[in-house]
Formats: sequence, structure tokens, C-alpha cells
Amino acid sequence: MALRPLLSRKSLGLGFAQLRGLQTFSLPDLPYDYGALEPAISGEIMQLHHQKHHQAYITNYNKALEQLQDAVAKGDSAAVVKLQSAIKFNGGGHINHSIFWKNLTPVHEGGGEPPKGSLGWAIDTHFGSLETLVQKINSEGAALQGSGWVWLGLDKDLKKLVVETTANQDPLVTKGPNLVPLLGIDVWEHAYYLQYKNVRPDYLKNIWKVINWHYANEVYEKESE
Amino acid sequence: MGSCCNGAFSASSHLSVTGFSQGFKSPKLPRLSKRQDGWFAQPPGASRICAYYGLRTPPYKLDALEPHMSQRTLEMHWGGHHRNYVEGLNKQLEKSEILYGCTLDELVKVTYNNGNPSPEFNNAAQVWNHDFFWESMQPGGGSMPELGVLQQIEKDFGSYTNFREKFVEAALTLFGSGWVWLVLKREERRLAVIKTSNAICPLVWDDIPIISLDMWEHAYYLDYKNDKGKYVNVFMNHLVSWNVAMARMARAEAFVNLGEPKIPIA
Repeated sequence: MALRPLLSRKSLGLGFAQLRGLQTFSLPDLPYDYGALEPAISGEIMQLHHQKHHQAYITNYNKALEQLQDAVAKGDSAAVVKLQSAIKFNGGGHINHSIFWKNLTPVHEGGGEPPKGSLGWAIDTHFGSLETLVQKINSEGAALQGSGWVWLGLDKDLKKLVVETTANQDPLVTKGPNLVPLLGIDVWEHAYYLQYKNVRPDYLKNIWKVINWHYANEVYEKESE
Repeated sequence: MGSCCNGAFSASSHLSVTGFSQGFKSPKLPRLSKRQDGWFAQPPGASRICAYYGLRTPPYKLDALEPHMSQRTLEMHWGGHHRNYVEGLNKQLEKSEILYGCTLDELVKVTYNNGNPSPEFNNAAQVWNHDFFWESMQPGGGSMPELGVLQQIEKDFGSYTNFREKFVEAALTLFGSGWVWLVLKREERRLAVIKTSNAICPLVWDDIPIISLDMWEHAYYLDYKNDKGKYVNVFMNHLVSWNVAMARMARAEAFVNLGEPKIPIA
């Protein structure tokens, strides 16, 4: 693609809709333009990822919730249990991607700047250095078979940082009820394929240039209280 | 010295099991447990014999499936992903002595280890899966199955349309990466549509795959981006090889009794 026009961010925020007492979800706006994360992540990927993939998770999540509401009302236990996987998958997709957009920010807004404050200190304590942490996350992300996410999380009980991976759209909490996600990196192929093809390690190397450590630090400080 | 090439050019047919006369069951493969130094590690001081598998080329040129599956996708998918699985597998096999002398099918079953897969399983299964997938397609494919395959589909699904609906639905409701299969179930002696995650394939349950469709994103993203539905429909309309399905069914019938033969009454 020779020309990359600056794609404007999509404004779809309709807020929460109330439908028969059921809260439905809608696509959150990106706090930056689709092209703002280039060259680390292409505008084309950001637009597809946000408008198509994330939107699809939300649509299917809403549908599954509606069906769940019906099934609960009718006392249809078989249906209630059967819907759990769709809810976990699509709901998880919505949760994970909502976090992911906040984990990224353009370079000119601080993307890639190393963490300061208490998170920076905690990283040095638990991993030795930021470089070591990045290496660990990159190697676990590259080794993940199939689709999933790689996370930097806070174990609230043990009060320490952890690196974890989850499969498909499983949120971090499925690896431990006390885990809070600080940073998540999407390693589904749709997150990088158009740009990096099958070289996932290159994607992982470059994404650090647009990682929003400021947001991760905020979450860390809030959850550490 | 002594690297071997056993299995390098062996047929990817799941039915090429070494001639065991145990009827329908495939040979009993050893139950494996993890050694201290790794799953299939070479004991120290062993002379280096290792297994090695080659990258099979698809039975058509890389641009032969255009415009339904682009040459770019084939180059990336076969030349990148499939090749990486083969090379990864060979690297792992260099360090193993037990995994010697298997056909690729046997290797998949052994490394699956009844649900507790060893590290080699992912690579072995994905090599097998991709070999099978390329052969499940042909230029000028699609259209309808015929003769025996059609008959069996109609018997087990009611109609081709119903089968196709089930197949497409399975493809579109797969969570994450995986494969969709038309498979002949050995015990139940009937066709079924199943979906599997990541590298799993029906060989591990001793069933006989007839057709497969790769639903990992890398299989369609370059050509169709997020439009899975279009990809699946193009596969059904233009790519799937019912000729290969017929051949596989015919071989499968040597192992699975699908019904009484029709003996004409004089």
C-alpha cells in the first residue's frame, strides 16, 4: 500500500442501551486515530481490528446475553450452560480488546516511554529490569500455540507481578481470580498478520514502541492500594 | 553418523499403517511417560539416529487455486507456516531416539499420547494437517460430491445441503484457531462434521478424515481479512476436492464396514 491516508477514528459510542432490562454493550471509541500507531501497527490493521473483530465480539456477546436472559427466565438449564462458552468467548473478547486499546498510545502521546513510578520500581524488583520483562513477554507470546493473549498482571493476593498467557479470548482472571491485567498483547493472527505475516516475533518487538505504560502504571497504583 | 530418512516420503495417508493384522484397530502404541531429561530425549552417549520428515508440495502449482486462494497465501501458508512446522519438527526429532521409525500418522498418534501431548505433537500434527489440507483442495474444485460419497452424505446427513450447512456452521462457530473436518467415524460407521482446536486432528481418536478446512486466521486473512463466511463458501464452491474425498472414502471402506453390499438378485 503506497499511500496510507490518515484514517479518522470511528465514533460509534452509543453508550449503554437498555433493552428489556438487559444492559447491552457497544463499541468503545479509540482514544487515537487508526493511523496513529504507525509504523508499529498499521492503520489498516487497527481499523479492521476495532471495527470488525471487536465489534463482532460485542455483537455476539449481546446476542448471547439476550439468549441467556431468555433461558434463565424459562428455567432452561441446558441452554444456560450451553451458552457459557459463547459468553466466555465473546464477552472475553470484548473485555480483552477494551483493555488492549488503552494499552496502546501514539508515540507523540508517550507511547513506548518506559514506566516510571511504582510500576517501574515493581518491574525492576520482580524481573530485574524492563528489558528482562519485555524478553519474557515476547518469548511467551511467540511460543503461544494458536490464538491468545500474553499479559503482564498483578497478583493482588501475593502482591507481585506475573507474566501469563491465556488461550483464545480467555480473560486473565481465568488464570487466577486475584489477577488484574495491567498490559495485554493480542497475539491472535488478526492482530498482526497483514503487516508482519507469520513473523509474530517482529510484531512483538515493535509493539513496545506504542505501549502505554502510563495507563498500566495507573491501574497498578490503583489496584495496589 | 546415521541420520535416517524414515518417513521422509511416506504417504500422508492415515491408512498406511504397517501391516498389522488386528482388523479395524490401529496398532497399540506404547504408553509414554515423561523422562527426567524430557519426553523423548536421547540417553547420553547414544549414537545419533534420528527421524526426518520432508515438506510435501501441494499437488498443484502455488498459483493454481487463484482467484479463490491467492498465490501469495499459498506462498505464505505453505512456504512459511507449513515449512516452519516441518523444520520445527525435525529439530525436535534430532533430540529424540524413541520417535524413530514412525510414519507421520503414527508419529501424530504417539506424540498425542492419549491426551497428554508431548512438545513434538504440535509440529507433527500441524505437518500432517497441512499435508491433508492441500490435498483436500484442487483447482476447479467445489461443486457437488458424486456417487458413493454423495450417497453416504445423504445417508448420514439427509442431504448435501444439510451437510453443507453443518460444515459451514462448524467453521463459523469455531472459537479461536482450528480445523473443520468431514470425518468417517470408525465406531459409529458414519460420516460426521467435527471441529478441532489448534493442532488436534481426528487421527488421534482413530477416526478417518475425508476433507478438512483450515480455519486458522493465517489461512484466509490475506485474501478475505475477517470475512470468514466468504472464505468458507468459496472453499465449498470452488476449492474442495470431492475427487480426493472419493478416493479417501474408498480406502476407508477397507477398514470400516459401511453396510451390506448390494447383491443383485438373479
